[in-house]
Amino acid sequence: MKYAKSIALVAALGATTLVVSCGGETEQAGIEPKVFTDSLFAVMKSDRTNYTKLIVQRLGPNKGAFIKPDEHWEDLDQGAPLPAQMFRYGAEGVAEITDEFTYSLQSLWPVNKQNAPKTPIEKEGLEFIKDNPGQNFYGQEKLGDVNYFTAVYADVAVSPACTSCHNEHKDSPRTDFKIGEVMGGVVIRVPVGN
Amino acid sequence: MTQRTRRYMWLTWLILAIGIATFYANQMFVQAQKPELLIGETSYGHYQIELQCTACHESAFGGQDVLQNACISCHGQELKEAQDSHPKSKFTDPRNIDRLEKVDARYCVSCHTEHNPDLMRPMGVSLPEDFCFHCHQDIAQERPSHEGMEFQTCASSGCHNFHDNRALYEDFLVKHAKGKWLDMTKGIADTDIKRYVSSLTDLPEQLPAMDVPEDKLTAASSIHDDWLSSSHSAANVGCNACHGSAASWQDKPTHQVCASCHENEVSTFLQGKHGMRLANDLPAMTPNLAIQRQTHLAFNQTNHETSLTCSSCHDPHQVNVQEAKVNSCLSCHSDEHSEAFLSSPHGQTWLQFEAGQIEENQAVSCSTCHLPRMEFEHHGQQNTLVQHNQNATLRPNEKMIRTTCMSCHSLSFSIDALADPNLIQNNFSGTPSQHIPSIDMSLKRAQ
Repeated sequence: MKYAKSIALVAALGATTLVVSCGGETEQAGIEPKVFTDSLFAVMKSDRTNYTKLIVQRLGPNKGAFIKPDEHWEDLDQGAPLPAQMFRYGAEGVAEITDEFTYSLQSLWPVNKQNAPKTPIEKEGLEFIKDNPGQNFYGQEKLGDVNYFTAVYADVAVSPACTSCHNEHKDSPRTDFKIGEVMGGVVIRVPVGN
Repeated sequence: MTQRTRRYMWLTWLILAIGIATFYANQMFVQAQKPELLIGETSYGHYQIELQCTACHESAFGGQDVLQNACISCHGQELKEAQDSHPKSKFTDPRNIDRLEKVDARYCVSCHTEHNPDLMRPMGVSLPEDFCFHCHQDIAQERPSHEGMEFQTCASSGCHNFHDNRALYEDFLVKHAKGKWLDMTKGIADTDIKRYVSSLTDLPEQLPAMDVPEDKLTAASSIHDDWLSSSHSAANVGCNACHGSAASWQDKPTHQVCASCHENEVSTFLQGKHGMRLANDLPAMTPNLAIQRQTHLAFNQTNHETSLTCSSCHDPHQVNVQEAKVNSCLSCHSDEHSEAFLSSPHGQTWLQFEAGQIEENQAVSCSTCHLPRMEFEHHGQQNTLVQHNQNATLRPNEKMIRTTCMSCHSLSFSIDALADPNLIQNNFSGTPSQHIPSIDMSLKRAQ
């Protein structure tokens, strides 16, 4: 099965688990979807935080303006992608390489309305992480003919660059974000069969 | 029926069957062009190569992905440079599966279906004009200013394009909201052709002068005179650089020979309607092919058979680029827009330049708009060069706002002018008949 194979592949590449059976033979076990998505999120969160703090916050308009983080960064000489764009570019790059998992950044208060939750699980997940700080949300949903394991993780404001940009954006439905608050969620989907 | 009659009937059937099978097998497997296998005429942008089935149908197997790869192999770079507003990656997330059931935007052919002329609309779009509705039906909630607007007007009113919105996005509109409708201070950019050619490393070998067959030498005195006053002569590009040595002499060097020094010019030429047949190993494009297809264009009768190669516009010995900027175009094109050029305000500046009254960067030629000077990157170096794909900034025409119109005109005037079909028809002799409110709407929101 394609999906079982993908999970097994991740197991081999990442958190490898070799189970020794009673008879002494070894067989490779797949990684649990939850462990898989938790691991993916750990990488995403780390990269996203570092880009926001080490690049945008440190080199952006608040600290010397060496770069200009902007939605239309291609049109600026020193333009740099916004953290949310950087995250999306990563998701799009991954989608060109594999369809074994997908991820996106969504919010109950999105600047771009296309990033509002769409599926019932997305809505439930984003509400859950808003109401339960520090907890993740896991669920299953069927989209088209495919069943998905869907995990939603809190996307927290880590820097003044996050809060000031969203609070001042003309399309932001919320203008009172504070550092440490949940601004949205990372939704990771893993296909788990038809 | 006698046995003999039956035998004759069988024989006739066999001969007919073999004849038909041979005919179609010949079309399918032997002939490069396959007119009998064409299942329907293709669009305005593809009819030039429609008989070369393999141009798009690279393989009989592989389904939609084969076609998609063919689309991307010709249009992928253009979409990337356009910062495509609706790239495939927007639609591959499973959360958009419901949208794909309405329009499968992962594939170009979902909106640009070919071989069905009855469906074809401007820009090669085969969907009904209100296709934006499927994903943006609640736009009025987000943008109250859009309340009551019909969905077929999204892309036809001068406000939005599906792919290329570089001159139409809100922040750009606000940034360039002000400005005189005409300001020639900046003028038309000069090219970096000398710097570009000198940066090339794989230039043709320069042979000892005049390694030319005897019979060519006697016939070539006027050619030699032309060459002496050309930029090729100034750059020390002699006969052999293009024609080869006496032993390997080519009377009519191909576009590949030109490409050895003018790689960017030739590669962009091959991407456009003028050169796309050559790019697909077909005989060169001619006005006659466009006439046979009954496009909206009209052509001078004397040049219906002109084959479009590099030397059609650029006399290879004179290398007169001024000639190529207007006269070459008008030697073939005789539609209303072309015929109105010389009497239009744009054309008048060109005549003033030719009369020595103004500098060239203040004058507008056909090529200023249709073969614009654009930035190209080569080996890490940005060069301003002539885009020889005459369609690169033409469809939709808002693509030429940034590359061309804004060299002299305000954004607001440019948007209004390009949204006025009558003004385009008379080659911009007059003022736009309507004002597109997109800048006003953007300014209001910015406040």
